[in-house]
Parts: sequence; C-alpha cells; structure tokens
Amino acid sequence: MKQLSADIVLGILLVLTFTSLVLLAAGAPVFAAFQNIWLGSFGSSMKIGQVLNVCIPLIICSCGLLFTFRANLWNIGIEGQIIMGAIGGMAVLRMDSISNPTLLLPLAFIAAMVTGGLWGLLAGLLKTRGGVHEIFGGLGLNFVSQGFILWLIFGPWKRPGIASMSGTELLKHKLWLSTLPGWRIAIAGLVIAGIVFLLTWLLLEKSRLGLKLKAIGQNPRAALLYDISPEGYYLLSIALAGACAGMAGFLQITAVYHRLIPNISSGYGYLGLLLVMLAGYRIGPLPLLALFFAGLNVGAIQLPIVLQLDSALSGVIQGCCVLSALFILGLEKKRRQK
Amino acid sequence: MIADLPVSVLIASVLAASAPLIIIALGETLTEKSGVINLSLDGVVLFSAMAAFAAAKETGSLGAGFLAGGCAGMITGLIVGYLSIYLHLSQVAVGFALSLLCRDLAYFLGNPYSRIQGPTLLAARLPFHDTLPSFLQNILSQPLTVPAALTLIALLWYFFNATRSGLALRSVGENPAAAFARGLNPNKVQMLAVLAGSFLVGLGGAAYSLSLKPGWGRPQGAEGIGWIALALVIFGGWHPLRVALGAMLFAFLQVSGISLQNIFPSIPAQVFQTAPFPLMIFTLIFMHYSTRKSRISTKPANRLQRRLGLLFMSRAPKSLGKSYQQE
Repeated sequence: MKQLSADIVLGILLVLTFTSLVLLAAGAPVFAAFQNIWLGSFGSSMKIGQVLNVCIPLIICSCGLLFTFRANLWNIGIEGQIIMGAIGGMAVLRMDSISNPTLLLPLAFIAAMVTGGLWGLLAGLLKTRGGVHEIFGGLGLNFVSQGFILWLIFGPWKRPGIASMSGTELLKHKLWLSTLPGWRIAIAGLVIAGIVFLLTWLLLEKSRLGLKLKAIGQNPRAALLYDISPEGYYLLSIALAGACAGMAGFLQITAVYHRLIPNISSGYGYLGLLLVMLAGYRIGPLPLLALFFAGLNVGAIQLPIVLQLDSALSGVIQGCCVLSALFILGLEKKRRQK
Repeated sequence: MIADLPVSVLIASVLAASAPLIIIALGETLTEKSGVINLSLDGVVLFSAMAAFAAAKETGSLGAGFLAGGCAGMITGLIVGYLSIYLHLSQVAVGFALSLLCRDLAYFLGNPYSRIQGPTLLAARLPFHDTLPSFLQNILSQPLTVPAALTLIALLWYFFNATRSGLALRSVGENPAAAFARGLNPNKVQMLAVLAGSFLVGLGGAAYSLSLKPGWGRPQGAEGIGWIALALVIFGGWHPLRVALGAMLFAFLQVSGISLQNIFPSIPAQVFQTAPFPLMIFTLIFMHYSTRKSRISTKPANRLQRRLGLLFMSRAPKSLGKSYQQE
C-alpha cells in the first residue's frame, strides 16, 4: 500500500513536470493552463455535466476492452465498432414506419449493440481464420467504417440541400434520451454505464468466463490442454467489446450529438485503450480514472479560446500518464529482480 | 489508364507520393529485423513532420529541417528502446501510448506553425533535362526524397545481406540468446537498430511536411501513414524491396483515388481519401493469405513458380516482439 502511494506520487510528479516543460516550450503560461483545465471541467455544474457525458461512453468502452485485454487481444478496432454501433442505431431511428419512441429507442439500442458486436466479430474472425493480427485487422476495419460513415453523411443520409462535415439532420426531439432535470445528462446513459460496469465486474471476476479468458490470455497453448478452445473465447471477448462500443455509439447519437457526425466516436475508443492500460487492466480504478480523463478532455476545450493553445494538450497529458505508469511499473519490476 | 492521366505523370506522382512512405517503412523494417516492434510510428511521423517544418521555418534551411525531423524521431526511439529493451515492458503497450502522445504533442506544439508558408523541397531538374524526351522529363523531375528513398532500398538490402553488422542485427532478431553466446550484446544491437530506424522514420516524416504535403496543420495529411507503414513491413515480409513495392502500391491507390474522383462526382471526395487505407490493408492481407496457402501445398512445379515463391516468402524475425533478458 505504501509502495502504491509512493508510485502514484512519483507518477503525478513525472506527468506535471513533463506537461509543464511542454507548456514552457510552447511559450504558454503554465499555471494558467492548468487552472483553465480545472475550471473548464469541474468549475461549474454545467461543466461537470459535460464531463459526465464524456465519462459515460468512456467507461462503457473501457469495460468492453477489459474482456479483450483479459484474453490478451489488442482491440484497436474499437473506434470502428463505436462508429458502426452509431450507424446501426441511426439506421433504426431513421425508420419512419415506427413512430413510437418507447419502441424505437430500445430497438435502436439493440441494433447498435449488434452492429458493434458483429464488427468486432469480423476483426476476431480475421484473426482466427485469416491469420491477421487483430491490430491490423482492426485498423483496416476502422478505416472502412470511417469511409462508410463519411459516405452516409455526404451521400444517402445527407441533410436536404447541403451535405457537410457537420453531420446529418438532427433527430426528432422525442428521440432524444430524456435528461436529469436541470442537467444535460441522459438518465439512460448513467443506468447503462452502471449496468455494464457491474456485469463486467461479475463476468470477469466472479464467473468461469473471466477465468477462462485469463487462462487463454496468459497461455493459449496451456489453455488448450485444459480443453478451453482459444478461438471461441477470442471471438466471444471481441464481440463483447464490440457490443459495448456499439452501446457507446448509441449514446453518442441519442444523448450527446442527436445526429450522426463524421467524428461520432470522438476518439473514445483509443482513449479507452489508454485508460485501461493506466488502470493496469483492472476494473477497480476505471471509474475514477475515466472521470479524470473525461475532465481533461472537457477542460481542454476552452484552451484555444482563452489561451490560444491547441486542445490536444489533454491528449498529451493522458498519453504521458500512461507512459509514466508503464515506466514506474518497469522500474519496479527491475528492482524486484535484483 | 485511369481517367485522362498520361502514364508518365502517373508514374511520376506515384514515385513522389511513395518516397516518404518508403523511407518510413524501411526505417521500421530495420528496427523490426532486430526483434523490436516500434508501434509508435503513426504519432512519430506527425511529430517529426511538425519538428521538421518548425525547424525549417525558424532557420530557413531545409537541411536543418530534415535533421530536426530525424532527431525528433530518434528521441521517440530512445523512449521506445529504453522502456521495451531495458525495462522489458510490452512493446505494443509502449508503442501505442507513445503514438497517441506524439500525435497530440505535434498538434499542440505545432499550433503556432499551422497554415503558414515555409521552405519547401521542390522537384529538381536534371542538368540534361532539356535533352530528354518529355516522357522521361515528367518522370525524372522529382524532389531529392525520391532518389534518396530508392537508394535506401538498395542500401538496406546490402546492409542486411552483405555486411557483418547486418548479420549481427539479424541474428539478434532471430535468436538473441545465441547471439549473446557468440559475443554480441543483444540489447545494445537492438537499441542501435531502434535509434537508426526511428531516425529514418523521422526523416520520412520530414519528407511529408517539407516536400510532399508542404506545411503544417491539423490535420496535416500524414495521418494514418504510420499504420500503413507498419502493415507494409509485416506483409512485405521484412524484405526491403517488397516493403518498398508495397509503399508504391499504396501511393498508386492514393493517386488513382484523386483521378477516380473526377469520374464519379456523385461519391463524396472524402470517401476517396480514406479508401486507399482499407484497400491497402485488405490487399496485403489477401496477398499474405494466398501465398501462405500456396506454400503449405505441394512443392512448386517449375522454376518460375519457385522463383515467385521466393519472392513472396516471408517469415518474421523469430524473436520479434519478445524482450530479451540477459542472464
């Protein structure tokens, strides 16, 4: 425990030092930049609402990624899985034949989960059947889904008259997920994130599935001897991750943007990968770290306006956190060996 | 041919568009031959492109720009090398995190330099340019990056196959323990390979911002290139020539996308810009899969097939991605 807190303090020092150096190199006021991020993320109840809106899809994606990481798979295709989930959900929401939102929204939710899951399954099949490493299969599929969503936004689903990067037409107001009174957070989003989190915890820590995934992740050949077929579990874990990503995509269109935009995934898939790495591939620290990452994302939005800095600073801090954590982990492993 | 593009112009633009990618992919080939995967390429390309443009803009010298790009690449190589070779961390984890960090660092630090004019490496004319037929004139007026990339293919092939240090590098990539027993220092060899490889990646990044897509911005236009380079190395079978041919194929897809746009105006331009990326990856996967199958089947019937088989044969360095712990 003592060691852990020492590590955390060292990590925070490393990140603060590196970020300050980067800010100095850009000729920016260091203190003001940090202050702006803080005020821009947790400074008012409206900002906190925005942070939670980032936090919710991030947690859902990260939970999905825990399954693939447990099986030692690098599900880089998660970005595409979010996009496909959003597209799948949107396809249902655009149906004119059903007008009852209490029927349409759950249908869209299921469609998003299924398309996301299938897209994940495709990357899994490329690995198990095609001999393609999941990183490259996933990347290829990310590019495909990126092209697909652009085609939809500029082609068949374009706004009447003008097609633009700003996306499709807004959804009808009754298809927006209802929000907490006074807040702009969808209640359904909070509930879904909570359920996904609990289910992931149960499945990974308390069920045979979690144990088997772990066995495969650590030694696929030995797992085979225990009559666990790696192929089936690879596919299952990546489909689960895809389904989670699909849910995140659904929330992006029904709770946040209320339309389809080219950048509908908002990079949450890659951010989720970083997040899970920083959490040491464990579920416990996820919510708190997700809140931290989401705060950085939202807090950096106003940097260009107030300080004329690029909002990519949040990504710099997030990446630096993960590398510092890895660095400290490596140092410790080395020390223990001596 | 595609649309109304003359063949010579097509060849010229494919060469020009492939040069930076060839340099980047060959840099990664060098690194991976020693057994280390540097997955940070995509961010590093952007970071070095930004550093190169900023340095060239400040000093007014293209040479300083390229040097800065190379050095920026090498610094990231130092991080990858130290964390994965000496601290034995997962090469994939380190590379992926570094890739995102470098990308955002490039956007952040490059902000003051976006959308401004800067020094650009233009196509050079040969001294006997006017005596050439116009077909060759088109093909041969290229920026210096093109001959540099083409020379690098030969140099790297020579290095791997005909020099002692190349042999040392390959033996470490295949079996570091055996290399150690023969008196080599595997960690040092790997570190050098990572540094040299990432220097080349940095030069390739500089070739984007100083020549092919001059200038800096968000997006710069080199996004995704690093991932393509990583895929090229694997499916090019770690062979310099085949990796370079793959890069040219990708450049061809990009160039033909631009002319296809004119034929199908109903399809949005953005689709043509992203299409080469999945096409490339799936072409490579398909090639890989079909050659793998044919190798498993019976022996090749005639000499031609055997030659073709050799050309497509690929095997990863045996200890690729594993970290070696010296005892």
